[in-house]
Amino acid sequence: MSVPSELRYTAEHEWVSVEGTSASVGITEYAAEQLGDVVYVSLPAPGATVTAGEPCGEVESVKSVSDLYSPVDGEVIEVNTELEDDPSLVNAEPYTAGWMFRVRVAQDGNGDAALPPDLLSAAEYEELTRSAG
Amino acid sequence: MTSFAGWQMPLRYTSETAEHQAVRHAAGLFDLSHMGEIPVRGPGAGAALDYALTGHLSALRPGRARYTMICAEDGGVLDDLVVYRQGEDEFLVIANAANTEVVFGALRERADGFDARVTDATGDYALVAVQGPEAAGILAPLAAGLDLSAVRYYAGTFGEVAGREAWVARTGYTGEDGFEVFCRPEDAVSVWDALAAGGAAAGLVPAGLAARDTLRLEAGMPLYGNELGRDVTPFEAGLGRVVKFDKPGEFVGREALTARASSGPIRHLAGLTIRSRRIARHGYPVLLGGQTCGTVTSGAPSPTLGVPIAMAYLEPGAGAEGVLSVGIRGEAVPAQLTDLPFYRRRQER
Repeated sequence: MSVPSELRYTAEHEWVSVEGTSASVGITEYAAEQLGDVVYVSLPAPGATVTAGEPCGEVESVKSVSDLYSPVDGEVIEVNTELEDDPSLVNAEPYTAGWMFRVRVAQDGNGDAALPPDLLSAAEYEELTRSAG
Repeated sequence: MTSFAGWQMPLRYTSETAEHQAVRHAAGLFDLSHMGEIPVRGPGAGAALDYALTGHLSALRPGRARYTMICAEDGGVLDDLVVYRQGEDEFLVIANAANTEVVFGALRERADGFDARVTDATGDYALVAVQGPEAAGILAPLAAGLDLSAVRYYAGTFGEVAGREAWVARTGYTGEDGFEVFCRPEDAVSVWDALAAGGAAAGLVPAGLAARDTLRLEAGMPLYGNELGRDVTPFEAGLGRVVKFDKPGEFVGREALTARASSGPIRHLAGLTIRSRRIARHGYPVLLGGQTCGTVTSGAPSPTLGVPIAMAYLEPGAGAEGVLSVGIRGEAVPAQLTDLPFYRRRQER
């Protein structure tokens, strides 16, 4: 199972890729494997305000439906419209073509993205999935 | 893997959608060893089953199978079953894993006074199913002693598969042609490996519970716990045909089922096609003009039709006019009443 080292993670199995103050979000390969074939993704609307740890969409697979949580605070600036036609991208390429939405994150005093303190490193996330069995 | 009625079961091997398509177009291999096997044997076995079940099993010819049900006195369904007549005095009752204990208990009780012995032999059998249009072609070379073309749909025979003794039946739960191979647990790996290796070139893949569920849903087959339960009779489920009122003798549930068969309109099982990509799942309300008029029992994306489908119990008259919808987590999503089954395989003969 792949857990790219350059990404940050949440305990809800989302990944975050931060560039400047823009954060791209998706679900991890572990999550996609647990869900099975994804058939529908409901994403927040561009312009919407999202809050870390709060549901902002849904990921529906053959067997289940799960809330999608935002890992960060900010404003949604773009969503992956490709998923409308091909939600299976989430299973096939969870870290690339299966990305879900992009958020403009508020800046801290240094002009960096203000990220929640509880985001996990790749090593921490891997540990979490291992203990989940 | 997932826990299912006390068994560890594969939910999927790779992609449930790919596994589903393989069964529709080539073949899938299922490990169904969780199913309950309950032999009923003895000179009075047929009569005992006539009394215990809704079907007329004593009329079944040896080598044939029947889909039937076991009901409570009040007509509620305890389980749906496949019964094989393996010999003049030998029947094999196949129960759902979650119901095996209940079915075994009821059969033993109901067989009291008949010259028949009921045992729970679930642990003595593994069950490997090969399902799909290529199933016969895959099984045939591994069952050289058997003439599979002589084994008709809903028939079975003793024979060898991959050199292992087995009861080979042309039955299944996928809406496709296929075979179920009942063998000893210690032979299961050999049988599985031989079928997996022999079928690979024809496109056979192992398939899990998730694909099994979407396959049976497309085929309009009920699942106990969803469409069937203690609170429904076979008639609501559209399966009144399994109740054989004209068989000789008494049977458990006759009175209640007779009343149900002749009573007025009842809630009924219907098919729905969902006008969205969202899935109408078990327990979601079916709505007509904003009012609840039914409940979804099973729902899934249909890989064959490319849209979500569902089965639901609807109140009498619901769907006769007006536009139905399903309440999917707060949103009323339009749904089209659709004849069951959603999928019917093309018959070769």
